[in-house]
Amino acid sequence: MSKKDIMGEIAKANSSVIKGVDKSEIKHWANIYIMGQRYEVPADLTIMQAMEYAGFRFIHSCGCRAGFCGACSTIYRLKGDYRLKTAMACQTRVEEGMFLVQLPFSPAVKPRWNIEKTGYEDGAFLAYFPEIARCVSCNTCTKACPQDLQVMDYIQAALRGDFKKVSELSFDCIQCGMCAVRCPAEIVHYHVAQFGREMYGRYGYPRNAVLDKRVSDIKKGVYDKEFKDLVKKNKDELVKIYKDQLANKDKFIKGG
Amino acid sequence: MGEEYKLIGGYPKSMRESIKKVEATRSKRLKTSVPAMSLAARDDVLNLCHPDYHKEGKRALKIGVNKGDLAPSEVADLIEAHPLIDTRSVDLKKIDIDTDILIIGGGLAGTSAALLANDNGIPVERILLVNKLRHGDSNSIMAQGGTQVADSKEDSPPIHFIDALGGGHFTNKPDVLKALVSEAPVALQWMTGLGVLFDRMEDGDFVRLPGGGTSRKRMHACKDYTGMEELRVLRDEFRNRKIPCLEFNPVVELLTDPGTGKVTGAVLWEMETGEYKIVRSRITILATGGFGRLHIRGFPTTNHYGATNDGVVLAYRTGAKLRDTDTVQYHPTGAAYPQQIVGLLLTEKLRSMGGQPVNVNGDAFVYPLEPRDVEASAFIKECYVNGLGVDTPTGMKGVWLDTPLIDLIKGKGAIENSFPGMVRMFKRFGIDMIKDPVLVFPTLHYQNGGVETDPEGRTNIEGLLVAGEVSGGVHGKNRLMGNSTLDCIVFGRISGATAAEYIKKHKENGDLSFKHLERYGKELKEAGIKTERRAPILLPEYRGKAVLQRILDIF
Repeated sequence: MSKKDIMGEIAKANSSVIKGVDKSEIKHWANIYIMGQRYEVPADLTIMQAMEYAGFRFIHSCGCRAGFCGACSTIYRLKGDYRLKTAMACQTRVEEGMFLVQLPFSPAVKPRWNIEKTGYEDGAFLAYFPEIARCVSCNTCTKACPQDLQVMDYIQAALRGDFKKVSELSFDCIQCGMCAVRCPAEIVHYHVAQFGREMYGRYGYPRNAVLDKRVSDIKKGVYDKEFKDLVKKNKDELVKIYKDQLANKDKFIKGG
Repeated sequence: MGEEYKLIGGYPKSMRESIKKVEATRSKRLKTSVPAMSLAARDDVLNLCHPDYHKEGKRALKIGVNKGDLAPSEVADLIEAHPLIDTRSVDLKKIDIDTDILIIGGGLAGTSAALLANDNGIPVERILLVNKLRHGDSNSIMAQGGTQVADSKEDSPPIHFIDALGGGHFTNKPDVLKALVSEAPVALQWMTGLGVLFDRMEDGDFVRLPGGGTSRKRMHACKDYTGMEELRVLRDEFRNRKIPCLEFNPVVELLTDPGTGKVTGAVLWEMETGEYKIVRSRITILATGGFGRLHIRGFPTTNHYGATNDGVVLAYRTGAKLRDTDTVQYHPTGAAYPQQIVGLLLTEKLRSMGGQPVNVNGDAFVYPLEPRDVEASAFIKECYVNGLGVDTPTGMKGVWLDTPLIDLIKGKGAIENSFPGMVRMFKRFGIDMIKDPVLVFPTLHYQNGGVETDPEGRTNIEGLLVAGEVSGGVHGKNRLMGNSTLDCIVFGRISGATAAEYIKKHKENGDLSFKHLERYGKELKEAGIKTERRAPILLPEYRGKAVLQRILDIF
């Protein structure tokens, strides 16, 4: 098989992902409702892909398309059900009878803090986020979280001033804002979590002496001569250094 | 619903049959592994199967500073195109925003630049960060594996330098690479000071892992959410300082002084309302990221929605020099199934921790940690030359990445603890990657080249700095894992400091004009390029064909 065939075949196999799905290839369909209007879409697509198939071109409500950025928050209800559900449009397959609305922002307030000057003490959470004391433990935030985090538990940990627990429980937060939108106590959970993680990252560990020394060595010019020599070398000499370095790597990276 | 639609643990029957073969060979593969390729064997597979070694996908640029240089056709199409706006309908006399430093792009590079400009004495109200989408919607936030920093006792910046130089086939700009590796420990100290939570051991020391092409353990990760954690902390600091920021306002053209050619501002276009704004700046930092959404050679991509090469297109029109435009990085392990997540990144760390590539028969066929270009080519060969790939229901092919091996090697719970993001993503589509392998195929990942930079972030055009993926030179023709987030943070910081110094020395504003576009238009004409194409494209087009064919543009 020639090279051209290979690349052509790959492009052909990927065409539905790159150029959008073709109607003739679709075997299974679903009816979804976008802002009240019904659209028939391929049942295999995510909510985001299905809306694009239906003709919507995203400006808001679409970011990384891979579940990391929290831009595509979606609230939906299924036909015949009364409950409102939440999802990330890029990570959720469409279902028959979905009534959808996109929520590009949660218009929440963020208190400002100065990481240098804020005291690493139990009461810091309440000083910046007094509203967390109003938490009624209804667990609505946890149910709303598309990352399946234990949101209510980290708010309770914040009330106790437990920076470590807040950091661990909230680490995978993509800051989509669904928790804040659903909370009856008007708590902005993801900002509470951000504050807790930053404080723990800054003050929860002892300063790293090895890193500090490396930085001060660099500033003192400890490596300047070595670099000066390296930059002068020709390609063959550099290739040799590289090969030697790689040949000896096992004793340093074993047990990776 | 039909028979073929029924899935067992997320997979159709045909793929389940292949998984049984993978399971049958697993215990044997635990003890043996395919040896690494010789340099000659690497060259063979690259020549046969790597998209970059296939000249038909590229062409020589017909105009501009880099005339004659090869670039992917998709990139050349955007360079050889007309401006997006009709300049006659834009009034440059009314300046809407007057600032000292304009930063274009809000990923790790742009955000770091804003913070360092402020640290170096520029008041926040004299800085403006503009974004095409939201602040943080970027490739940075999607980075999983880690950030390389030579901070351990057995490591050093010169060792890091040599690893990156070899990985880049000795084509990196040495002075720029030296700045990258020397500033890496400084950047790590800065990030931990702002509260970035890197993976730590019980005693508080950093967890360090090896990556493809590193001779030391140098990867600093935040689980598999490294870029997200770094970005959300830096962005929060940015917000705490109240640095001005505009979202959904892409730059559609840069402005230049008609006399000196210096970059003096930009035209913003508010996506929601269609209104334009004129920004005058004394220095501009371009941090617009890469080009994955151009789907070079028809590949799916790991990149975010806005990765459309805007920065390179805009800078090139002002006369900025590019380099290494001929190379594209394909990541070996993009998701190949299910259809909903095709192309999304499965971090190299999965192979660092023991995951093995396996074909349809359950046989290992390649050393798991070859350089990215070699590994990707071997996957393509297995699928399209040897015919031993796994077919998906939508006609794609892929090879298995045997993830259950990781728990067997590293102990139960290793996958869940190290890859919560990946486990979650597959679980959403009914697949348990702790029990079952996942299907992978190479995906378009990174723009190796870009606007040529010097160690201070400067380009050949006065008033225009670059940082991050849009820049070219630091990685040469191939980037190693963990050097991209590092590039963004280090050169974001450096460009912010360079900009601040520049502002202190240059008090004059230049005039605003589109003069560079007149020259560009003339070049297009003289090169005989007759085209309707306009650039930058800002966003890719994924709307259904059926709809696009029947759109009436009347409102």
